[in-house]
Amino acid sequence: MITITHYLVLSAILFTVGVIGVLIRRNAIIIFMCIELMLNAVNLSFVACAHYLNSMQGQLFVFFTMTVAAAEAAVGLAIIVAVFRNKETINIDDINIMKW
Amino acid sequence: MLNLVALILLFPLIGTVINGLAGKRLRKETVGYLACGAIGLSFLVSFMVFIGLLQLPPDERLFEKHLFRWIESGSFISAAALQVDPLSVVMILVITGVGFLIHLYSIGYMHHDKGYHRYFCYLNLFVFSMLLLVLSNNFLLMFIGWEAVGLCSYLLIGFWFEKKSASDAAKKAFVVNRVGDFGFALGIMLIFLTFHSIDFTEVFSAVSHGNFEKGSFTVTMITLLLFIGATGKSAQIPLYTWLPDAMEGPTPVSALIHAATMVTAGVYMIARCNALYLLSPFTMTVVASIGVITALFAASVGLVQNDIKRVLAYSTISQLGYMFLACGVGAFTAGVFHLMTHAFFKALLFLASGSVIHALSGEQDIRKMGGLKPHIPVTYKTFLIGTVAIAGIPPFAGFFSKDEILLEALVRGNFIYWSLGAFAALLTAFYMFRLLFMTFHGECRVDHHAMEHLHESPKNMTLPLVALAGLSFVGGFFGIPGANALEHFLAPVLGGHGHTEVRGAVSAGHHGAWLPYLMMVISTAIALVGIFLAYQMYIKKPGLSKKLAERFRLIHKLLLNKYYVDEIYDAIFINPTKKISTQVLWKVIDVRMIDGSVNGIAWLVGRIGSVLRHLQTGYIRNYAFYIVVGCILIIVLAVFGR
Repeated sequence: MITITHYLVLSAILFTVGVIGVLIRRNAIIIFMCIELMLNAVNLSFVACAHYLNSMQGQLFVFFTMTVAAAEAAVGLAIIVAVFRNKETINIDDINIMKW
Repeated sequence: MLNLVALILLFPLIGTVINGLAGKRLRKETVGYLACGAIGLSFLVSFMVFIGLLQLPPDERLFEKHLFRWIESGSFISAAALQVDPLSVVMILVITGVGFLIHLYSIGYMHHDKGYHRYFCYLNLFVFSMLLLVLSNNFLLMFIGWEAVGLCSYLLIGFWFEKKSASDAAKKAFVVNRVGDFGFALGIMLIFLTFHSIDFTEVFSAVSHGNFEKGSFTVTMITLLLFIGATGKSAQIPLYTWLPDAMEGPTPVSALIHAATMVTAGVYMIARCNALYLLSPFTMTVVASIGVITALFAASVGLVQNDIKRVLAYSTISQLGYMFLACGVGAFTAGVFHLMTHAFFKALLFLASGSVIHALSGEQDIRKMGGLKPHIPVTYKTFLIGTVAIAGIPPFAGFFSKDEILLEALVRGNFIYWSLGAFAALLTAFYMFRLLFMTFHGECRVDHHAMEHLHESPKNMTLPLVALAGLSFVGGFFGIPGANALEHFLAPVLGGHGHTEVRGAVSAGHHGAWLPYLMMVISTAIALVGIFLAYQMYIKKPGLSKKLAERFRLIHKLLLNKYYVDEIYDAIFINPTKKISTQVLWKVIDVRMIDGSVNGIAWLVGRIGSVLRHLQTGYIRNYAFYIVVGCILIIVLAVFGR
């Protein structure tokens, strides 16, 4: 029997993988994908909880998250393209001029 | 008709606003006639109010006009309300009447000045402030007028502010007045603490119901503090020094300050608070002593001054001393009477001296005048009337009022007051006629450059002179002994029974009924002696004065330098203040402590920032790491924190 605990643990694992990916990877696209992973981990827990609590609100939230994620993907990819045109790299260690 | 009283204030205010905002774009004639018209209308309304007041029975002559609620804070309530009673009506008639003539005169006198509209704007504001001062029905509103008068005097004394001496004089007037106002403000606070009200009617009725013992400490303190204010505004010892310097302003301004407004404020205030002052014999003694000493002191300085306006300035201080003497011995009516007659003849003298200065293209030194009588006849005649009036020759205005003050000083006060006052009267007659003789008689010492331009002033300047000369002539008949109309009129406010008491005491007591008449003869004789001495010294034997000056060189020098009072004040108050200001307040408190703490905080923030900025690496990974750490911390706190 798969309980809510399993869903939440899987969600936590996926989220942690996403966080670690954001922290240690250098390729902007990979980081971007890791952020998507974090979002979807949250989506998973939303759906699981909605099912568990027998409420539609959690599922509704998932739609919002997906909409925002889609918009974010569009804007984010556009930024990455723009950065690549300027610096010919998407290695974020080379994009560090925003500092003191 | 009494309801119109607010209009008296409104007209000058309208004149101020229009001339102040749009005066630059208006034609000169418009500006002048607007300002004059405002005061003229004010005078008409004042007269209507006066008629309205006369129609009431004497005991009910008190009318309060509530304008709006002004300040309400806890138990402190102050309304903006006006009070019409015989005292304030006398004051507004004098202020608007004499003020109107001075405005009219100013049209001609200031015609060539480039600050024409500014001048009339200030002048109207001055009259407005003074009217507010005398019409208010509580101490706080009176204080507003009191301060506004100080402000206007500052603006007008420093009217020609490009001149250093003028701006210095304006500052001096302002600062010295501030010292007095400080006392006045404290007095008002003490009144509120004591009576829980600042309305005239409430305070004075509380006093008259006998809740306070005669000579109680609180009342003495209140009256003394108020008197400090009066010494500042009315130029008495020790705060008189600003007034001679105030001569830096245009001459009509001097006339306005000295006659209709400003300096009479102190006398008015003491007369208004007569119920309080009568409760404190000690303060009364102080007032009378300061008054008589000032009268004598200023008169002695006036003996040797050579600036035509400065002589008049010292004579003003001296005459104000008489008014305070009268108030100090309890003869408030006599004080207000002298205030009124003095307003007439002093305005006349100042305007006439302005006419002389105008004729001589700005010359003010009487050593460079002389023999002007045939050249400017109207000015001469009016100046003569003013001089005779101030010297105290019957039947001119000054005689009756000064004689009454001296009589009251003798009957109610003591022989010392009288003798000092009488001696000051002798000096007054002497220096005023010295001024007259040196200006208009004898040989002509005018330099020929000014001589070419010598001319009588235009009509709109001589007309006010003639009007004021008429008033100086008849002004005394309002208060002639026996049929004292002014005293009857003022009796509800100032307690007219006081005078009959004196008369009663005179006729019943050891003095006998002949005393007032004897006093009149003595006063006249004193004045005539003064005139005779001046005639001897400056007409008959012109060298005599120089010889006397040589003979008593020390005294002459002392008088010429005004007893070195300015220098003494400089040494005692001004220089130490300046020193403390620069050495301690500026260089230590301001630079070190205030600037230091502000700069120190900025420096500290800068140092901390220069350390913390290394957190901003530019690597997104670091920022994401901080966010994650923060999130984890929040979660840990949320789960385990409680």
